Amino acid sequence: MLQIINLHASVNDKEILRGIDLNVNKGEVHAIMGPNGSGKSTLAQVLAGRESYNITKGQVFYEGKDLLAMAPEDRARQGLFMAFQYPVEIPGITNTYFLKAGLNAIRKHRGLEEFDAMEFLKLVKERAKFIEMDESLLNRPVNHGFSGGEKKRNEIFQMAILEPKLAILDETDSGLDIDALRTVSNGINKLRSKDNAVILVTHYQRLLNYIVPDFVHVLMDGRIVKSGGKELALQLEEQGYDWVRDDAENIAVNA
Amino acid sequence: MAYPADQHKKPSSTVRDWYLSNFERFEKSLNGEASSFIHDIRKSAIARFAEVGFPTTRDEEWKYTDVSPLTKVNFTPILQQNLGGISKNDIAPFTFNNLPSHRLVFVNGHFSKELSSVGVVPKGVKLGSLAEAVKSNDNVVKEHLTRHIHFSSNGFTALNAAFFYDGAFVVIPKGTILDLPIHLLFISSGFETEFVSFPRNLIVAEPNSQAAIIESYVSVKNNIYFTNTVSEIVLGENAIVEHDKLQIESNRAFHIGTTQIYQERSSNFISNAISLGGLLVRNNIMPILDGEGAEATLNGLYLGTGSQHIDNHTVIDHAKPHCPSHELYKGILAGKSKGVFNGKIMVRKDAQKTDAKQTNKNLILSDDASVDTKPQLEIYANDVKCTHGATIGQLDEEAVFYLRSRGLDVDKAKDILIYAFASDVIDRIKVEPLRDLLHQMIHDRLEEGRASA
Repeated sequence: MLQIINLHASVNDKEILRGIDLNVNKGEVHAIMGPNGSGKSTLAQVLAGRESYNITKGQVFYEGKDLLAMAPEDRARQGLFMAFQYPVEIPGITNTYFLKAGLNAIRKHRGLEEFDAMEFLKLVKERAKFIEMDESLLNRPVNHGFSGGEKKRNEIFQMAILEPKLAILDETDSGLDIDALRTVSNGINKLRSKDNAVILVTHYQRLLNYIVPDFVHVLMDGRIVKSGGKELALQLEEQGYDWVRDDAENIAVNA
Repeated sequence: MAYPADQHKKPSSTVRDWYLSNFERFEKSLNGEASSFIHDIRKSAIARFAEVGFPTTRDEEWKYTDVSPLTKVNFTPILQQNLGGISKNDIAPFTFNNLPSHRLVFVNGHFSKELSSVGVVPKGVKLGSLAEAVKSNDNVVKEHLTRHIHFSSNGFTALNAAFFYDGAFVVIPKGTILDLPIHLLFISSGFETEFVSFPRNLIVAEPNSQAAIIESYVSVKNNIYFTNTVSEIVLGENAIVEHDKLQIESNRAFHIGTTQIYQERSSNFISNAISLGGLLVRNNIMPILDGEGAEATLNGLYLGTGSQHIDNHTVIDHAKPHCPSHELYKGILAGKSKGVFNGKIMVRKDAQKTDAKQTNKNLILSDDASVDTKPQLEIYANDVKCTHGATIGQLDEEAVFYLRSRGLDVDKAKDILIYAFASDVIDRIKVEPLRDLLHQMIHDRLEEGRASA
């Protein structure tokens, strides 16, 4: 589904991604972990199409197509979704208005009929219940005045409405209390299927207690330096990142 | 700016002579009415105009707005009612989908009974033509007219006081709550020659009364004309008035409007001023908080496209203690348009515990659009809270990306964000059907603006 080959990206001439290779197949959940500043969020944003990053080298294929050549909205329309680490507040338009516009743009692209207000409302209510989101948030301005937890939940709610094939969750767990973490994780788990894939970008292992990944990757200084199964996350939790760094340096020296 | 810059070289005597000779014509047309108590005011006002003429950019209050283009056109005052062929069908598009309201219609500044529709109103409510009220020597007119805004303040108010004949006259008696809004619809018809109208409105909300007033300025044709309007609004103790001014003049028109508000103790005035039309526009909104606990809220939205120039001038005069005022003005400027916001807050010596908050935000959508924003605080009391802030910026790139990442194309994403920026002001309008319609209207305007950009 997603193939990242030797991806390099920089911002203001500073290279942040320095050769990422990653394959994600449908049905899989990949966790990308790493210390602050390692390039995790940059990777997520580059995949979603943020224009402030320069892609200096490498390729990304999504369902066989050149992802990097696609506009952000085309990526979304073809089933890619990123839950933002810092969802943007937009006072003046309601959550439902915004989502209806997005969903209908995606449906139109897929050759489906656009939802009218009634159909959309029905879907919204059903999905809000599904991920245990307070309905009162639906008619409030997008993320405006939401608590941190409400914002994160709103991202998952959007995901539930847009039904992506590939979801990239950028530190969706950061700043959540344990109850919020549990409901957000439940929401994500309910949306998992054999046909879609999830990339979890996270700083903490605790999210992986609730969403069990198939693969764990450690990102450091813009490269994936170690990959493994879910047990790698536990090891990181216990031992920190230093041992991975040492290993990686040894490999670099020997190579 | 899109106007010739030679205004200081040209002697302005010609434009003065033009209005002075038209004043003679006006006096003749008045016949017996020239003996009314109002006429002395007119005569002093024209004398004042002859003295001061129109302001120039050398006047501090007009620094950012060059009115010389409107001194170069000989606008003919419309002295008598002339419907110019306007029928009920013509006004239909301006009734906000037949908004339930008491509607007074003025064509080129003159009241039209045929086009107006006033429903059943509580006892004592007066809703009608100012000219009629003057003729019948109404006591409220005598007490208030021209008392709250002195004609001498500038050439435009002087000219209005010299030439005014008609406008709306509204009295909400003590303790009366008007359920339906009052809609004052000022419509300009399409004459061959350039013309000027001088609407004059007097609105008196007596103690403990409540009303919502919509004042809208529109035109049936996209022609050149000049509206020079003055409204005086008086709020008695504890009265509540929402005043929604909607300026959608022809985009070749000139609009100079002054709304002077006088507020007594614990009264509450809410102004929502929406400016969409006009080539050269100046809105003065000026409440005087002259009783303890009086409160004023001034919201404004201005949308400029093409070569429009829209100037918003507010003066909040805190004259007594414990008065809060809140102000939010937002501008969206595209094309080669120019916006001006000048927000003066005056806190007089007695006005302790004043709490004044002013915000002006501007969204600039093109390289050729610009805005001048200026807060102006004059504080003579020592225990007050006054805050002000102004921003001028472009669309937030991160927000655009957020919307695109949810499937919206880049144009749609920008539209939504611009619309959201404007909605913040529209949402403050309490007359619900009007608010909903304005949402649609702003939406359409923005789309038009982009299509023509």
